[in-house]
Amino acid sequence: MGWFTNHYYEIAAMILFGVGFMGLLLNKNLIKKIVGLNIMDTAVYLLLAQRGMIFGRVAPILGDNLNPSAQQYINPIPAGLVLTGIVVSVSVSAFSLALTHRLYKKYHTLNLDEILLKSKQEKLKAETH
Amino acid sequence: MKDHENTEYKGSTNPFVAWVNADPAPERKPKKEKKQKTAGAEKKAVASSKDEYAAYENRIRKFNSFYKPMAIILCCAFIALMIFVVTQTAPFGIADVPSNNEVSYKYIEDGLKDTGATNVVAGMILDYRAFDTLGESSVLFTAVMSVMILLRKDRDGSLVNDPAEEKVIKEEEKISRIHRDVVLKTMAGIVSPFVILFGIYVVLNGHISPGGGFSGGAIIGAGLILISQGFGSERTKKFFNFKVFTIITSGSLLSYAALKCYSFYTGAHHIETGIPHGIPGAILSSGFILPLNIFVGLIVACTMFGFYSLFTKGEI
Repeated sequence: MGWFTNHYYEIAAMILFGVGFMGLLLNKNLIKKIVGLNIMDTAVYLLLAQRGMIFGRVAPILGDNLNPSAQQYINPIPAGLVLTGIVVSVSVSAFSLALTHRLYKKYHTLNLDEILLKSKQEKLKAETH
Repeated sequence: MKDHENTEYKGSTNPFVAWVNADPAPERKPKKEKKQKTAGAEKKAVASSKDEYAAYENRIRKFNSFYKPMAIILCCAFIALMIFVVTQTAPFGIADVPSNNEVSYKYIEDGLKDTGATNVVAGMILDYRAFDTLGESSVLFTAVMSVMILLRKDRDGSLVNDPAEEKVIKEEEKISRIHRDVVLKTMAGIVSPFVILFGIYVVLNGHISPGGGFSGGAIIGAGLILISQGFGSERTKKFFNFKVFTIITSGSLLSYAALKCYSFYTGAHHIETGIPHGIPGAILSSGFILPLNIFVGLIVACTMFGFYSLFTKGEI
């Protein structure tokens, strides 16, 4: 059982990643695809954040401690990496939602198959006329 | 160059504008020849296009029947492989693993001496790794610009191509302006000053306590969104219009870059920056970290509010 008890956060992150990935792949609705992408992002934050954790140590806010030793505090680097991840995730979500908004205005549907069919129809119409 | 474009594409329609608007591409000259066809040939073309459409529909259906099981199998295999890989890594919560190496020890032990910030993470992201944070701010800036390209109203003020739909949107706006929700309005009036004040507190204390530009900026943006929801966009437009938005975002980004250029230049030449680190824990300490936090907070707040107003009204 050592493989499970030593790694349950990572396993949870991977399962969460799988849930988001399935949502991204299997949904036909574009908004649900973006929600799936965001769940995948959350899994990545969990994976990064758990790497910095060390039992019995505290977050790296020094306070009055002017002579810090590395044995007192957890690893600060994953916090910075998660910050980068959050910013990129927000930007990508906003951009893809804006694209979806434009697609909905054009085709009046969020279903990917219907959008493909409608665009094909339009293309054929433009070719014949 | 411009004349060349005008001759190649019909009228003044810019192909890039057409592409952004998802309109069919402007007709090129060679296509005009196709119009000179006999009626019989046109009928034939319609029939063949119908066949093509049916074939395309069939292709999509076939692809879907094959795609779903394959996606499930691939995803399960991928996740099983990933779980296997993470169980081979170092155990959770132990200090003696490769990821806790001399880099993080250096940040913790020398961070206060080098940067003057008691929040080691703030010292790390805004001093040692400030270039990375400049990249993050630029990513946000680029995102809000591209959302603006996609969603901003046209110059004639039309939000959508369909005039009937636009009429409905305008009517809804008018109704919501007259019958504003009393609960939302009252609560926004009570809560939003405290939300914005808390956001400013988080930004200004980023170097001595948890928080910083990103989280504080998001809180300030949420406060602005609350004001806009409760009192309508006319109220926020009084102090936050497109001009203010442009000045704040680009000004903050440029000031960030200028400050960091100064410290990179002096650091690379081993010159003293002349900026005192101050007393650790005081609000005016840790050199450039406080102004950098303020600039990042301004960018994030403007970006959050910009996303909100672009998605709801198509303008800032």
